[in-house]
Amino acid sequence: MSIKIEHLNYVYSEGTAFERHALRDVNLELPDGQFIGVIGHTGSGKSTLIQHLNGLLRGTSGAVYYNGRNIYEEGYPMRELRSKVGLVFQYPEHQLFEVDVFTDVCFGPKNLGLSPEEVERRAYEALRQVGLKEKHYKKSPFELSGGQKRRVAIAGILAMEPEVLVLDEPTAGLDPRGRDDILDQVAKLHAERHITVILVSHSMEDIARYVERIIVMNKGEVRYDGAPREVFQHYQELEQIGLAAPQVTYLMHDLAGQGWPVDTDATTVEEAADSIYAALAKKC
Amino acid sequence: MGWKRKLSDGYDKVGLAAGLQDDWTGTGGYAEVGIIKGRKLSYDYQKFDEEGNPESTVRAVDAVDLDVETGDFVAILGHNGSGKSTLAKHINAILLPTEGTLYVDGKDTQDESKLWEIRQTAGMVFQNPDNQIIGTIVDEDVGFGPENLGVPCDEIWKRVEESLKAVGMWEYRAHSPNKLSGGQKQRVAIAGVVAMRPKCIVLDEPTAMLDPNGRKEVICTVRELNRRAHVTVLLITHYMEEVIEADKVLVMDQGKVVMQGTPKEIFSHVEELKSYRLDVPQATLVAYELQKKGVGLPDGILSMKELAEELEKLRS
Repeated sequence: MSIKIEHLNYVYSEGTAFERHALRDVNLELPDGQFIGVIGHTGSGKSTLIQHLNGLLRGTSGAVYYNGRNIYEEGYPMRELRSKVGLVFQYPEHQLFEVDVFTDVCFGPKNLGLSPEEVERRAYEALRQVGLKEKHYKKSPFELSGGQKRRVAIAGILAMEPEVLVLDEPTAGLDPRGRDDILDQVAKLHAERHITVILVSHSMEDIARYVERIIVMNKGEVRYDGAPREVFQHYQELEQIGLAAPQVTYLMHDLAGQGWPVDTDATTVEEAADSIYAALAKKC
Repeated sequence: MGWKRKLSDGYDKVGLAAGLQDDWTGTGGYAEVGIIKGRKLSYDYQKFDEEGNPESTVRAVDAVDLDVETGDFVAILGHNGSGKSTLAKHINAILLPTEGTLYVDGKDTQDESKLWEIRQTAGMVFQNPDNQIIGTIVDEDVGFGPENLGVPCDEIWKRVEESLKAVGMWEYRAHSPNKLSGGQKQRVAIAGVVAMRPKCIVLDEPTAMLDPNGRKEVICTVRELNRRAHVTVLLITHYMEEVIEADKVLVMDQGKVVMQGTPKEIFSHVEELKSYRLDVPQATLVAYELQKKGVGLPDGILSMKELAEELEKLRS
């Protein structure tokens, strides 16, 4: 069970003056249950890449295998794929349209042809998992705050019970509280349901805190692919392609440069503090 | 901190931000007068039921005293719903206080005869760049404001040029705004405000929808306007890196100003900030974690550079 991408290319407006290579020979294996971060500056191909995972975009050449089967082969059940790979777009709250929150979350499972009882069960479960209080269920989505609306939109995807959850900048435009709430819920979901989570983000600090693997996109190609510690070692190269490492990485390299015996792999505040403390203790 | 220092620099008009004219600086000669003065300012939102009858009221801003000196760079923090945007909308009289008063450049915002003067004194930039641009070409968009003020035609083009140069978008004057990046669009929006020559600019989360590069562009532009043209800036943001260099920081919670001071003073209170569910700069957090372990670091460290220096002192 996994997603496998082989030699995937995607060209926008092929054969016209606006032709652009958005993906170039991408090869990736995304095993079940991983928590993966995708980073890259605007226009690097991250969003194009994730839209291939559930067949919304069809590669110009190459193949995408879902659980061993090529999704581009004749007669592949695309509907089923789209219920297995749930995609949460940027600003997903713009896609809410039903009269109340609960009905909106029911829309997805209802279209899977499930029984009304099962639809309701799933909607309740999904809303519980995103941490939305029951008193909001009968409200119009437009009465909710930005963070709440976004959670409703995510619940709408979860109610389809996907095996892979892809989130394209789920925290853009939220305040720190909304951001932490959503990312904590996603991390909890990942732990509870053992689903694969793919998180696209501009915040290196968030990525360092939550994911176990980072894929760095640049000009449509996979530039780095590895654990956060490994990837952020290339902080100078990351800067050249318009990205950065988490801020503590700079501190650790700075201190190491001045002869401190600190761990330059540290990517979170806690790791950095522990490492500096250990280094200070050694000195005294 | 800094506003006095900045004013004294201010009389050196040599290097105004890329072409801003001598006859316009944000200080406008009121060097020592506070540009924004709010006293016991409160605002209630009315909620209506389906028949349009008033149902309930929510106090969004609660008895706020606000003092901003001319030329200051003031940052306002607070989580969503804390009342910061409501407060900001009072500054150019989009909203009027339910109770209390607000004076902008010596004018009462409730005095209807002064409405246009107030709007001209304080310009606003909002979060979503796509909602603020109306022109089909960049320079027309920037000219829209002064045109509506009845500025003569030659003067409009002069202002368009200096404003676009001030935000570094002059090369894009003939482009369609649709083809610009988010950061570029926000800079055009700022130029549109600058073209009206306000003494004060209020920016309500101008970077929330931008990527890291766009964020840098916008914040650098705002800082330049503040430093070089002495425009008073009120910046509402969630990003702590944008707050570090402000002269003054206000923290809002439940409609009240709950903390105010220099960034150093504010970020010395890590626990208190966390209780308002706000972020703290990463360097401050690392220092705080080390303090908890008993390392003797001073409070209010704001940057990684500062932290590295303090640690170096400890070691020697």
